[in-house]
Amino acid sequence: MSANLSAIFYLISGVLFILALRGLSSPETSRQGNFFGILGMTIAITVTFLSIGSFSSGLIYVLIFLLIGGLIGAFIAYKIPMTAMPELVAGFHSLVGLSAVLVAVSAFLNPEAFNLGSPGSIKLASLIEMSIGAAVGAITFSGSIIAFLKLQGIMSGSPITFRGQHLFNALLLISIVALTYLLCSTQSSNFFWMLLMVSFLIGFLLIIPIGGADMPVVISMLNSYSGWAAAGIGFTLENSALIITGALVGSSGAILSYIMCKGMNRSFFNVILGGFGATEQATSLGDKEHRPVKSGNAEDAAFLMKNASSVIIVPGYGMAVAQAQHALREMVDTLKKNDIKVTYAIHPVAGRMPGHMNVLLAEANVPYDEVFELEEINNDFANADVAFVIGANDVTNPAAKSDPQSPIYGMPVLDVEKCKSVLFVKRSLSPGYAGIDNDLFYKENTLMLFADAKKMTEEITKNI
Amino acid sequence: MEIDPFIFRLSIFILSIFIGYYVVWSVTPSLHTPLMSVTNAISSVIIVGAIIAGLAGNSGNDFTISNILGFLAISLAAVNIFGGFLVTQRMLQMYKKKKKDK
Repeated sequence: MSANLSAIFYLISGVLFILALRGLSSPETSRQGNFFGILGMTIAITVTFLSIGSFSSGLIYVLIFLLIGGLIGAFIAYKIPMTAMPELVAGFHSLVGLSAVLVAVSAFLNPEAFNLGSPGSIKLASLIEMSIGAAVGAITFSGSIIAFLKLQGIMSGSPITFRGQHLFNALLLISIVALTYLLCSTQSSNFFWMLLMVSFLIGFLLIIPIGGADMPVVISMLNSYSGWAAAGIGFTLENSALIITGALVGSSGAILSYIMCKGMNRSFFNVILGGFGATEQATSLGDKEHRPVKSGNAEDAAFLMKNASSVIIVPGYGMAVAQAQHALREMVDTLKKNDIKVTYAIHPVAGRMPGHMNVLLAEANVPYDEVFELEEINNDFANADVAFVIGANDVTNPAAKSDPQSPIYGMPVLDVEKCKSVLFVKRSLSPGYAGIDNDLFYKENTLMLFADAKKMTEEITKNI
Repeated sequence: MEIDPFIFRLSIFILSIFIGYYVVWSVTPSLHTPLMSVTNAISSVIIVGAIIAGLAGNSGNDFTISNILGFLAISLAAVNIFGGFLVTQRMLQMYKKKKKDK
């Protein structure tokens, strides 16, 4: 296949990838969009095989490795519980990063195969592109591994900080630029390996100071990085499908990071520089113990909801941890049988990744037109009878509106306190991830339900 | 004077960033998780580079380190491609509208 023809096919698959993302503008068109994505990928892979032309015995190995990877991927895709999506996505990002590194290394070792010159005299532009692709890929890889470990709970979710951290990171970043320069001027492979090592280290150091609640930002950011890494490799390979995709994914991740930061009213740099949860915890512990709370049981909650005419459900990460989404939907079904209007209110940063709660509710067969975003539903709380907060905390904290001293001041929150009564399903009074106390617990119209989210929801259903 | 092909690729890149910007803003927030998994899958089109690396200049069964790295990258990218698209498919199938008869 001629180079021009294959370039046209790569362009077509790039366009199909754009359509794949476009399809996600509504759930109806989304499945078609995914199909376009698969089609684009199939075209890109087929064209690559055809353009190589002469098939050596290496082909069989390529197919074997493709098959092994594919089977593993398919197996994971079918087995993974929806509550584990953040971990899965973090894990997948690390694979994109690592493959970018491997391709870059392989191109560095065998530049003839990619038309980049010969070892020791690689074209300058290619060398720069390769360095960028490899460095960003390496950062994505090690960063995603840390994010994965934190999400899995293998590594503590609390921020790890040390003195001089920012200075050290800044020095490492400068050294990446310096190493790229040295690599380009000397063509010495030692600088290439050093560049990779430093990049792996940066990815690692960049993510360890970031706390659990900031994971939505981290995952979006790593999503963006994986895109830029792909684009860098795309320039090296002179492949338009890869360049288009890299740009799409890069901007997608950047926009998601922005939306998540806005959902927390924090600047991107504030999140990246880390250390949010750790510092605040100490200040709020003092007066917490001796304030009275009203706590109730499932019967009280069932009574309140049975006499309500509208209920708004506010799910949070705790629901995912307790796997309570199915029990919740059963409760809602029972409420609906009693002619009670039920809607769901989702905060942008509820859960551990963008859209996490929506997926869990969809899994539990909640129709997506009953689920609303913060701006759509916030005015309805004043007219609702009961707000049922399950596993959420900081996103309902009225201190974000009233207390300029609060670390979450200015963050958009759900106005649950405007409801006639608020039910809080929580395991204890412990503060949320921001490490601050929630005034809502102590309000007159709040009833705390101290229990595991799933058990409590099941109990309530029995009592309605 | 001839224009370097790099400039054309750069143009594609810059324009694609703009396309990405507008397309992603139109994605409904409830589909942000599928958006992440599908962008994951498509960014694994990097497999194109891995295949070239895997097949580059080998004859018989002598593989260079470059080939072997290519093979590994193929596996990793394939995990992502199959895993990414299938899990997206699985998620999207769950998004249902309210039944009319209710």
